Amino acid sequence: MSQEKPHISSYRSHVFVLAALIVLTGISVAVTTLELGRLDTLVAMLIAGAKAGIVLVWFMHLKFDNKLYTIFTVLVIVVFLLVLYVTFFDYSYR
Amino acid sequence: MSESTKSNHESFLEYKGKYRGILGWILSTDHKRIGLLYLYTMLVFFSVAAILGLLMKIQLIAPGHTIMGPATYNAMFTMHGIIMIFIIVVPGLPAVFGNFFLPLMIGAKDVAFPKLNLASWWIYVIGILIVLTSQFMGDGPPDTGWTFYAPYSFQTPANIVPALVGAFVLGFSSILTGINFVVTIHRLRAPGMKWLKMPLFPWTLYATAWIQILATPVIGITLLLTVMERTLGVGIFDPALGGDPILYQHLFWIYSHPAVYIMILPGMGVISEILPVFSRKRIYGYKAIVLSSLAIAFVGYFVWGHHMFTSGMSGRALFAFSFLTFLVAIPSAIKVFNWVATMYKGSLIFQTPFFWAVSFVFVFMIGGFSGLTLGSLATNVHLHDTHFVVAHFHFIVFGGTGFSFLAALHYWFPKMFGRMFDASWANMGWLIFFAGFLALYLPMFYLGIMGMPRRYYDYLPEFHGANILSSLGAILMIGGALIIIVNLVRSSRYGEKTNDKNPWGGKTLEWQADTPPTLENWEDIPEVTEKPYEYK
Amino acid sequence: MEKNAEHTHVHRDDEGDKLGMWLFIFTELLLFGMLFLVYAVYRYRNPVAFQLGGEELDVFLGTLNTVLLLVSSATVAMSISAIQKGLKKHALVFLGITLLIAVVFLVNKYFEWGAKIEYGFYPGGEALLELGHGTILFFGLYYVMTGIHALHILIGIGLFIYVFQQIRADKIHSTDYIWLENTGLYWHLVDLIWIFLFPLFYLIH
Ligand code: HEM
Ligand SMILES: [Cu+2]
Repeated sequence: MSQEKPHISSYRSHVFVLAALIVLTGISVAVTTLELGRLDTLVAMLIAGAKAGIVLVWFMHLKFDNKLYTIFTVLVIVVFLLVLYVTFFDYSYR
Repeated sequence: MSESTKSNHESFLEYKGKYRGILGWILSTDHKRIGLLYLYTMLVFFSVAAILGLLMKIQLIAPGHTIMGPATYNAMFTMHGIIMIFIIVVPGLPAVFGNFFLPLMIGAKDVAFPKLNLASWWIYVIGILIVLTSQFMGDGPPDTGWTFYAPYSFQTPANIVPALVGAFVLGFSSILTGINFVVTIHRLRAPGMKWLKMPLFPWTLYATAWIQILATPVIGITLLLTVMERTLGVGIFDPALGGDPILYQHLFWIYSHPAVYIMILPGMGVISEILPVFSRKRIYGYKAIVLSSLAIAFVGYFVWGHHMFTSGMSGRALFAFSFLTFLVAIPSAIKVFNWVATMYKGSLIFQTPFFWAVSFVFVFMIGGFSGLTLGSLATNVHLHDTHFVVAHFHFIVFGGTGFSFLAALHYWFPKMFGRMFDASWANMGWLIFFAGFLALYLPMFYLGIMGMPRRYYDYLPEFHGANILSSLGAILMIGGALIIIVNLVRSSRYGEKTNDKNPWGGKTLEWQADTPPTLENWEDIPEVTEKPYEYK
Repeated sequence: MEKNAEHTHVHRDDEGDKLGMWLFIFTELLLFGMLFLVYAVYRYRNPVAFQLGGEELDVFLGTLNTVLLLVSSATVAMSISAIQKGLKKHALVFLGITLLIAVVFLVNKYFEWGAKIEYGFYPGGEALLELGHGTILFFGLYYVMTGIHALHILIGIGLFIYVFQQIRADKIHSTDYIWLENTGLYWHLVDLIWIFLFPLFYLIH
């Protein structure tokens, strides 16, 4: 198997990513003090989604690895979201 | 024949590794030995569950108490279902023939993770043992059916927890096999074997493995939640604590519908291997079969609700699930069309594997059509939880997975054991089995339509006639099964020896390996240039 | 090849090992995914009880644990960078920090759970059963989901100890570090799950 040269991330880049994640966490906590009502959940989930994306792309190296992993990951997330969606065909209309 | 050739010319059945005797098998990481380990384990438990099934049919030969009462009957169909589903047909074809033939068919020396492969078998055995303890400990054997529906599954005093834990462990084994196969197919195909030159059985294993990876954790967590509900009193599905028992059904079927495709897809792959060889024709619509396998795997995720039409789901969900169910039947129908078109104008060779394959297509069609009948909302309300459903899934699971398993066993038998089976006994076994099968399950369609429910030890007198036929069919079918099994077991030891690499004239790679294959299958990994099934 | 007929073909395929790890991560995603599904359904049906339940949880502890896990994710990623560059010492230090944080996370969890259990706020507990259905569900899910997550932390700790030993023994080094890489992937998964658990239980009302 041909061993390509792996991509090596610098310490600095990891620290940047970490900083971004912590800032997002801070925003998420701060937002809850505002009374957003139903939007609350949406905002929290969007921020969590962004954080998850950052972890996947940089920490889990999807950006630099074989594109196959990205395709699979997206597919798995899509399957999960569709299952969730289809389940709510039941609960939203009971 | 000289037995003392060099070690790497010895067949996998004979070589001596680090360990001797039985240890050389149960500690072997050779994919072929592991495949046979699964085969023997399944043979044992299939026999147990088949006997349970036969006893149930004897009970049903007349109304009222004939040989057992209601409690025993409940315990029997539960154990029959758990063994047949979780121990036999879910691991079934991938664990036995996938292990044995996947590396051979893609030109690899073994699977990607041989040690993990052995671990999967051990986990499988441990899971079986845990399930079995449920029979002998606590307050009696489980009586919930293989579906463990809430809330009964945490109300019954019966010994449910080991059955749940055992099924969880079995799921783990299934996941590991799936991971192993996906990596094997991605990483270990022989040089030149592009994705679209891969034979169809590996393709269906690939689709199956993805379902194993993505669906099995769902049942895992569901069973675990039920265990916690039972042992720790966590409120999840219990309506008394605010839970929704229908949510249990959702979760159960989010796994268990995809699981029926774990059962059937590899069977479809086997049939797609056998029919071209015995028709001496290229498979019709190779790409259509590949694509429909992947489509089945994907769409199969979103139809689970057709098991819950009468559960009290919302009306909107009923429509959605009924519609999706009709969609998922399309790729299955495409395959049936492909198989028939493959045989069309071929030079058919009438031998045992072919008989099994053709009868598979026949029963699979009946099973599929009855599935559509059940997938329509209006008929489902009438037929749900009747013997019609029992007939449907036995046509598909036994007629589909079971027949394709036997087709595979006869087709690959010479390669696996280096011996030929006795063809006339095999054909007679097939005929008796097939006749018994039809007599056993066809009447159940009728009984279901007339309103005979499933999972009761007793029935109204007007159902007596059809039940007699069905029970006699069961006896006939078990007779056929005995002939088949005895013939194969005998032939594996005393059958006529053969070193013929390619007794059926197949075009896929496994027929280029030695018969039986050597430890690492190949001296030189074969180079692939042609598509599979290139008959002129 | 007489003496050891098996494993004549042991060959390395790091890319294959990594693919295997990713597939395993996918099974984990669906396993937790179904717990999130249960949560979503019950939150949808008991909005008020879930809101009140969330207010019972300690946002400070939750935030602290979130930040801890994020830092540990960064340090395990840095230890991979270090090993790739052949900096064994750095790798061990970063891994050591990760391990330490994992333990601290569990200690925090212990106190958090302990305080609730003391009040009888546990599945089947008197205090909990007196409350409404929605609250029972909320706390049931809280214990199950954070509990299974904590179990994964525990497994992670085991992996870190093993990998730490292997690096010290030079079994893992700059040209063979797939064990560290896969352990890292696993740890990021654990972080990923927590990223969603945190707002769902501690934040949204
Ligand atoms: C053409 C495709 C199929 C359709 C449309 C279909 C449809 C259905 C429906 C609607 C039910 C629920 C009946 C009820 O309980 O009211 C059902 C039950 C069942 N089906 Fe299928 N099915 C199909 C293929 C399969 C396959 C391929 C298998 C297995 C290999 C399978 C195995 C089962 C099993 C085991 C049950 C009964 C589960 C139980 O309640 O114990 N089906 N099917
Ligand atoms: Cu189904």
